[in-house]
Amino acid sequence: MRAGRPRRSGLIGWALLAVAMLLLAGCANADLPQDALSPEGPVARQQDQLWDIVYPIAIGVFVFVQLGLLVVMWRFRSRGDDTAIPHQLHGNTKLELLWTIIPALILAIIAVPTTRTIFALADEPDDALQVRVIGKQFWWEFEYTGEEGQGVVTANELHIPTGRPVFLSMEALSPQIPDSVVPGEESDERNPQSLDGVIHSFWVPKLAGKQDVVPGHVRTMYIEADNPGRYEGQCAEFCGIGHAVMRFEVVAHDPGDFEEWLTAQAEPAFDGQSGLAAQGKELFETAGCIACHAINGYETSGGGAAGVRVGPNLTHFASRSIFAGGLFDNSDAEQLAAWLRDPQSVKQGAQMPNLGLSEEQIEALVAYLQSLK
Amino acid sequence: MTAIAEKPSTGGSLFRRPRATTGPASWFTTVDHKKIGILYFFTAMFFFLVGGLEALLIRIHLAGPNSSVLTYDQYNQLFTMHGLTMIFFVVMPLGSAFMNYLLPLQIGARDVAFPRLNGFSYWVFLAAGIFTYSSLFLGGMPDGGWFGYAPLSLLGGDPIGQTVGTAGAEMSRMIFYSIGLQIAGIASLASAINFIVTTFNMRAPGMTLLRMPVFTWMTLVVAFLLLFALPIIGVALWQLMFDGAFGANFFRPSAGGDPILWQHMFWLFGHPEVYILILPAFGIVSEVLPTFSRKPLFGYTAVVFSGIAIGFMGWGVWAHHMFAVGLGPVANAAFGLTTMFIAVPTGIKIFNWMGTMWGGKLRFPTPMLFAIGLVSLFTIGGLSGVTHGVVPHDYQQTDTYYVVAHFHYVLFGGALMGFFSGAYYWFPKVTGKFMNDKLGKLHFWIFFVGMNLTFGPMHIVGLNGMPRRTATYPEGMGWELMNRIETAGALLLAVGVLVYLYNLATSLRGPKTAGADPWDARTLEWLTSSPPPAHNFDEIPIVQERDEAWFRKYGSTHEGEPEKVPAGASQDHRHEPGQDHAADVPAEAAEPDPAHHEPVGESGGHAAIHMPDPSWYPLIVAAGMPIGGWGVIFDSTILIALGGLVIFGGIAGWVLEPSAEETH
Repeated sequence: MRAGRPRRSGLIGWALLAVAMLLLAGCANADLPQDALSPEGPVARQQDQLWDIVYPIAIGVFVFVQLGLLVVMWRFRSRGDDTAIPHQLHGNTKLELLWTIIPALILAIIAVPTTRTIFALADEPDDALQVRVIGKQFWWEFEYTGEEGQGVVTANELHIPTGRPVFLSMEALSPQIPDSVVPGEESDERNPQSLDGVIHSFWVPKLAGKQDVVPGHVRTMYIEADNPGRYEGQCAEFCGIGHAVMRFEVVAHDPGDFEEWLTAQAEPAFDGQSGLAAQGKELFETAGCIACHAINGYETSGGGAAGVRVGPNLTHFASRSIFAGGLFDNSDAEQLAAWLRDPQSVKQGAQMPNLGLSEEQIEALVAYLQSLK
Repeated sequence: MTAIAEKPSTGGSLFRRPRATTGPASWFTTVDHKKIGILYFFTAMFFFLVGGLEALLIRIHLAGPNSSVLTYDQYNQLFTMHGLTMIFFVVMPLGSAFMNYLLPLQIGARDVAFPRLNGFSYWVFLAAGIFTYSSLFLGGMPDGGWFGYAPLSLLGGDPIGQTVGTAGAEMSRMIFYSIGLQIAGIASLASAINFIVTTFNMRAPGMTLLRMPVFTWMTLVVAFLLLFALPIIGVALWQLMFDGAFGANFFRPSAGGDPILWQHMFWLFGHPEVYILILPAFGIVSEVLPTFSRKPLFGYTAVVFSGIAIGFMGWGVWAHHMFAVGLGPVANAAFGLTTMFIAVPTGIKIFNWMGTMWGGKLRFPTPMLFAIGLVSLFTIGGLSGVTHGVVPHDYQQTDTYYVVAHFHYVLFGGALMGFFSGAYYWFPKVTGKFMNDKLGKLHFWIFFVGMNLTFGPMHIVGLNGMPRRTATYPEGMGWELMNRIETAGALLLAVGVLVYLYNLATSLRGPKTAGADPWDARTLEWLTSSPPPAHNFDEIPIVQERDEAWFRKYGSTHEGEPEKVPAGASQDHRHEPGQDHAADVPAEAAEPDPAHHEPVGESGGHAAIHMPDPSWYPLIVAAGMPIGGWGVIFDSTILIALGGLVIFGGIAGWVLEPSAEETH
């Protein structure tokens, strides 16, 4: 009986080891939208290179220890008939020094490139596109603050050019819904504490690791994409009830396409609506939307800088493909309608109030929103 | 020295000390470290079931994408309470259970230095647990994570509402967290002081520091960590409570506070806390492996000093929880280096444990399997810990399931496997009975497989970009399969828990066949009967060797081939309590009448064995704390005053009650 046990444990141990190795080896998968081991830009690549150093070392130590345990368990198992007391060995200074010094040396080897990369990533790159990032509960706002595209504000989608670093200055704010969302009664009095945001973390795994966004501070980082494409990201620091659905995308364009996009975004909102969309335009003001959402060029808009506005700037809403923290598809009128009907039921924790709109009003507002190319 | 030499005083009848030694009252008033240890163990096991149920709900919810088993709000409460429960109400008290039961036995003492304070620690811990869970019925459980990051923990998880307290004075549900943990901290702080004084002052003659069992050493290190770490979190929680309940501005940026301050204070406590959780398990394994290898611990001094080194270095790594916060490259580089190098003392322990087994005669009963399980699984957690020290890549790892995998390998694969090893190993000592070994092995294998199924895939899904603390995840991210495996693993773990509980329930009804030393073990607690009498040792052992019990059986623990000392061969070495008359006296019967006992040997044979009397006051003082806490939350001066009255009245009674009941 005693001989059987270690053999069984040995087999299971081996099997587990093999499975673990296979799983870990097959871990990186560039097809997955948020795979942290498949870098698509220089920042993520520098970080990934360190993983390529430390991972084989960790696996080596893992195999050494687990195999060692199995060997020891097998070789020194007690046989039923053997009652002799083993040699009472108390230690071996040389061995103990060895397994103190060797791990320390291995760690020192890992430490050198680690430290180098920490400092390399902290530098501000030259000629970067400047973007201000504001983390709100529970969506991201992006404002272009450099010479190019100054004043362009977007939400949930960060558009960048390829092959050029983008320098992000990040803040966390949580402006509250005004007491009255009825137009004309909007109060300018805001509780200063209501602006206090909560901590978020900006993370687009294929472009860069995380940077927390901390209220009361401005945090900076840079990202860069090699190729055009959509890179998924999400908030990575627990920020309240809607944390899990605080998703966003970075959209990388060829530099020419990016210039085109930026120019279009700098235009004021489309103003030539007719029919249903024109009704929606009127409703946008009377139903209360305008209290929280800015539309550039809208003649009665209260304006309001990015950051202190409660909801996303909707000037070019229809040019985006996702809304509400990346949960929904803009082109889908039914999803938009469901959102306007009862925001909390489709995105738990959403701050947009249920305005009690009728189906006709919803239809008109959807038509208006979809006209804001 | 060990018998508390208190003079019987003539207190009034109001302050007469209770005398029950059996029945419920004996448990409510006990100051016996063994009974308190047992209370800690069963309370922690109860909370283990609660925390496990929370984890199970979380895993069932996350089995598939876009799940609607739980609302986001429920999910946030559950993951917060799972963490809080497992850390503060399971693993820490399990450590306390073993420390309480074993520390006096392992150093040859009759009790801890401050027996009533010891009872107080237990009741305060229980009060903290009850208080924290009372939130379930008083407006909702804490929902801001066990890390309680301000300002979210002040504002509440939902910007639209969801608060507790009375109208006009609503506050975040995390108020239950800040007050509950302050109460829990008082319990641990009192224990820490008690264990330190006990270890330094109450060791049996000859028990030098470097002859102490490693579990005792780890207890001492943990007690010092608690002593220095708890005041930090105490201050931070106090500030959080003031911010939340009274509008102070320590952490609100718009009022000049700083949320980063909370993070520094929390993790300056939080990282030593990790070692508070794991070192007792390391101590247990350092007892179990030598016993079942029939060899002394390899490199005792190195294991002890690496434990102390971990205790010191544990203070210098806290900011590795904050690499993504933006502390700047210098701080990140410094903390990255310390984080890597704390792996060195941990590695020393792993290799020394393997060295202990090398050349031994290994037996594999259940405690040994759990101990080897710890060595195997903790190694994985340690290695992923080293990868966190690679700071730039930690920007990717942090706040993902990769980290969840890491700390579950440390806390489940490490701490819990160690505690289960200890639970099987010392069960015969505590009860005189054996756990069923076949069921125990079944439990081990279910846990070993279930734990790897649950937490192994989290490494992968984390590196594939799944953030932690997310109440849901969309389809098409490539996370579905791994999440399903994790949920299957969690269900398997639940089966393992049931097997253990069944084994525990049936084994408790089994026959007392264990005897004093069922495992052929090495340390002092195996010299006395199982279960030990209330006074632990009829005669305080005089310690001559590190592994004193082994030494008495086999003559020498030094190099060479020892041979068993025949019974009666040496007067110095022969103390086999199994054959002593006192060991045959049932523990309960032995306690109440001090005159019954033999004179205490080492004190010159004058005094009778005098054990501290039970007391109601530890329970009473503890009961006042949650009352005051509820008063703060519900803005009730009456409740606050009542809580204060109970606490200070209890303290007055504590001071005024006679130090012992009149002798007849």
